[in-house]
Amino acid sequence: MSAVRLEVDRIACRGHGLCAGLLPEAVSLDEWGYPVLSAADLPAELDRTARRTVSACPTLALRLAPSRNPAPSRNPAPSRSPAPSRRGGPL
Amino acid sequence: MTRPATTAQGRGSVVDRRVTGFGGTVRLLDPAEAAPGVPPPSPGPDRDLVALVEQAGLVGRGGGGFPTARKMAAVAGRRRPVLVANGAEGEPLSHKDEVLLGTAPHLVLAGIALAARAVGARQAELCLHRGSPALPAVRAALASHHGAGVRIGLRQTPRRYVASEESALIRWLSGGPAMPTSRPPLPAERGVRGAPTLVLNVETLADVALVARRGAAWYRSVGDPSEPGTLLVTVAGAVPAPGVVEVPTGVALGEVLGLAGATPESVGAVLAGGFGGGWLSGESAWRTPLTYAGLRSAGAALGPGLLAVLPPWACGVTQTSSIARYLAGQSAGQCGPCVFGLPGIAGALEAVGRGDRHAPAAAAAAGRWSASVAGRGACRHPDGTARMVTSALRVFAGDFARHARGIPCAASRSAPVLGVPGPSEEDWR
Repeated sequence: MSAVRLEVDRIACRGHGLCAGLLPEAVSLDEWGYPVLSAADLPAELDRTARRTVSACPTLALRLAPSRNPAPSRNPAPSRSPAPSRRGGPL
Repeated sequence: MTRPATTAQGRGSVVDRRVTGFGGTVRLLDPAEAAPGVPPPSPGPDRDLVALVEQAGLVGRGGGGFPTARKMAAVAGRRRPVLVANGAEGEPLSHKDEVLLGTAPHLVLAGIALAARAVGARQAELCLHRGSPALPAVRAALASHHGAGVRIGLRQTPRRYVASEESALIRWLSGGPAMPTSRPPLPAERGVRGAPTLVLNVETLADVALVARRGAAWYRSVGDPSEPGTLLVTVAGAVPAPGVVEVPTGVALGEVLGLAGATPESVGAVLAGGFGGGWLSGESAWRTPLTYAGLRSAGAALGPGLLAVLPPWACGVTQTSSIARYLAGQSAGQCGPCVFGLPGIAGALEAVGRGDRHAPAAAAAAGRWSASVAGRGACRHPDGTARMVTSALRVFAGDFARHARGIPCAASRSAPVLGVPGPSEEDWR
C-alpha cells in the first residue's frame, strides 16, 4: 500500500463539512465551511477512516490521491524488517 | 534602438502606442517575419519540431511559463488531438496578443500549422475574445492562409476574466459555459469534445514558428538563458507612452518601463502579471529581471507580460480594493473558497479604504483570507487574487497603516488610476 493524501474536487464540494467531522486529523473547515486539507500524506493508521470519509461525502467530492512525495514513505526500510511477516504487511 | 512609435487603438479607454524594437531584437513584430507562409514539412517526422522547441528552451507565454515542448509531447501521438491557439487575452489591461495578431497574424497561423502538424492534430481552434480589434487582420490572414493540412477555426470567446483559462476554454469549445473545470482529466488526456487537447498561447505559437524557421540556436541567442527569446510586454497605467513592446527576456523591468517613457521617480508601484499578478514597489520593480522566475521570487508574476504602473501619489489601498472587487465579480462561482473568500477580501479592503474603526481588523482579515483561499479553487483565480492582495499589503504597508489610523490618503477620494471594467454583463457562452 503506497502513501496517499486527500484531494477535493473544489467544484463538486458544497461545503457540507462531514469530512471535517469524520477526519479532523486531516481536514479542518474555513470560515465559510469549506474543507482545508492537510497537504501531507495520511498516516497509515488513518487509512480506514479516510476511506470511510471519502465515501461519506454527500457530493463525492473527496478522493484519495497518490502521494506527492517521490519515495514511498510508508514502507519501512528493508533493514528494519528483515523477515517478511507471514501475515502480510503492517496493515 | 526604439523605432518611431505607431498607434494602435486598444479596447477600453486606453490608447496603445505600439513601440516596436529594443536593442535590435525585434522578432515577433518584425515585418520580415510577418509574411504569409508555412515552411514545408521537414524531411524527417514533423515530431522533430518538438525536440527543436525543447532545445530552444521555449516556455509558454500565456502566463503559466510551462515548457512548451513538454506540453506538445504530452499530446503527440495520441488519437486525433486538437490544438487550441489561445489569443483570448482575459487580462483587461493586456493587449499583447491583440497587437501580435493584428501585426503578424501570418506568423501565428504558421505556428498553429507547424505545432498542429508536429503533434498530429488536423484541427485547430484560434480563440479571440468577442470584438477583439485584431479580428479583421486575423480574418484577412485566414482568407489567404494555406492550411498545410490543418483546418483552423476562428472562435470568439466570452469577455470574461477566467474564460481564457485553459480548462474554461476547453469547456466552452466543447459547447459548455466558459468556466474552469476540475482536473483530472488533463487536457492532454481529454480536452475539446473529449479529444486530447494542446492549448498554447498565440505568442507561444508565433515563437514556435520562429524556432521552426530559424532554429533553436538562433532562438536561444537572445534573452535569459533559462527562459530564452523575446517577450511581448504591455506597459499600462501611469506612463507617458503606454503600449506593447518586444524585449528580450531577462532585461530589468526598469528598461521596459523606460521604453514607455517612465523614469524611476515617476513609478510609485508596478502591478506585474495582471490583476491576478503581484505588486512591486517602484524601486524594487526597476531592477527585477523580466522572467517568470525573477518575478516569482519578487513576490509577483510575469503572467501574460503585463506591467501596470501606479504613480507615487496614488492610493494603493483604493487601487487594490477596486481590483479585488472586480476579481470577486469575475469568479465563475463554482468553488466555495472563491465564491465566499473573494467578496470577503474585497469587502475587507473597502473597509480599510473607508478608514473607519474596523479598518485595522479588516486589513488583517484581508491577509488571512488571502492566505486561506490560495490553492483552493479548480483554477488559479483565487491564487492570483490572493497574491495581488498579499503583495499589496506588503508594498503599500504605509498606505494601509495610514488608513488603519483613520487618515485615508487624499488620493483615495479620486478614481483608481488603473481602471477596471464595470460589472460584466457578458454571459458565459
